[in-house]
Formats: sequence, C-alpha cells, structure tokens
Amino acid sequence: MPLISASHPGELIAAVFTPWIIAGIALLICFFASYLTALSWADLTYVLPATAFGNVIVALLSRFWLNEPISLYRWAGIVLITLGVGFVAQGPSLTERPASLPKGRPEGQLGNVLESRVEQQTEVSR
Amino acid sequence: MIAPAGPDGFWAQAAMIAAVVLCSTTGEVLTAAAMKSIGDLDEIRAKSGLAGAIRAVLTCPLFFFGVGFLALAFFSLLFALNHLPLSLVAPASASLTLVTNAIAGKVFLKENVDRRRWTAAVLVCIGVYLLAH
Repeated sequence: MPLISASHPGELIAAVFTPWIIAGIALLICFFASYLTALSWADLTYVLPATAFGNVIVALLSRFWLNEPISLYRWAGIVLITLGVGFVAQGPSLTERPASLPKGRPEGQLGNVLESRVEQQTEVSR
Repeated sequence: MIAPAGPDGFWAQAAMIAAVVLCSTTGEVLTAAAMKSIGDLDEIRAKSGLAGAIRAVLTCPLFFFGVGFLALAFFSLLFALNHLPLSLVAPASASLTLVTNAIAGKVFLKENVDRRRWTAAVLVCIGVYLLAH
C-alpha cells in the first residue's frame, strides 16, 4: 500500500476496503468477542495476563514470518510472559464467592469453581 | 525511561501515560463487571443462540461505559504517541496497565488476587516491557 498523506484523508477511507485491512478488522472483532466471552466466566486478573501471550505470538510471527531480528532482551521478555501465563493458568479461573462456598472445601480446584458457578446460577434463577 | 529532549516536561509525560493507564484500567474493570453481570455467555448462547448472546451484551449499559473508556484510552494513547516516542509509550502503558488492573480487580471487582496472580502480573509486566521496548 502506498503512503497516505494528510492532504488526502479520503485515501484512509479507501484503505479500509483493502483485503488485508478487512481481514484485520474481522480478526479484531473475533478477538473482542472471545475476550468478552472469557470475561463472562473468568476473572479479569486471570484473562488479562493470559491474553498477554498474544505479544509472544506477535514476536514469534515477526521473527519467523517477517524475518525481523529479535534481540536478547525480547527473548527474555518472551520467556517471562510465557512463565507468567503458565503461573496464572495453573490457578482457578474464577474467584469463589462466599455465598456459594460451603465450609471446609479446599480452594483452587477447577471442579469446585465449576460447581460454585452452577450454584451461583441456580441462586440467580430462583 | 523518560525521553531526554522535547517540549514536554517530566510531569506532562507522566500525565499523558497516566491518562492512558487510567482510562484503560477503568474500561477493563467496567467491561469485566458488565460481563459478570450478564453471566456465562457460552450458556446464554446455548440457550438463546448467538443473537441472544449479542442482545444480552448490547442491552447492558455498563458494557457501553466500559467500551467508552476503552475508546478514550485509545485516543489518549494516540495523543501520547503524538507527543512522546513509541519506545516509551508502548512498554510503559502496556506494562503499567497490567499492574493497575491487578489492583483494580482486587479492590473493585473483589477478585481473589493471590500470590500466584501477583507473580503472574509482575512477570508478564516485566516481559511486556522487555518485548515492547
């Protein structure tokens, strides 16, 4: 695509109909829909670090698809993000609310989280 | 790191980045609260189809407040990029947002931010900084 100058802003509108831009916008809409769905059943503090893994995918794509060089600092960043995502993914995805948590139950199990979600929903529907 | 030269002083630079971080955090928290109030979208979709799920989201006023703040964050990011170098704005705003979101999630959404999530937030924060810088 040629450079768009500020004196011809109409070219920006034409750029929206470029196949690559259309594909980009469609994928961004997909991203937002999946992000909202994730937020509907998981905590924000779980979803945000997990979606940061997208940065790693972008870096790896630019390295192996666009052949851009990646410095040692960036490799270190990739390792840290991967570690962080691995850390957060091991824990429960949703905070258990006291109203739906029977006494004496161990925390941090995915089964309990799912159970508490079912209990929350049955309470709402009552 | 702060840009050495330029017409904007330290506090102006800090305010521009703070505006991005604040708007983005407010937007994320409001959107998350909206989605929690709607309920599990997968189940809504199973019950009343994709149109029902879209309707559930679009009829939630809190969702539009959230998206409004996210849009504000985007425009304040553009404003900051107009004044400051990308190598400062991108890593600073992306990594600070992760930490402020962890704090806001704990305070406003009452999420259980345990040691595991703090560690993850800090690791990802440093990682994003290194990657974007």
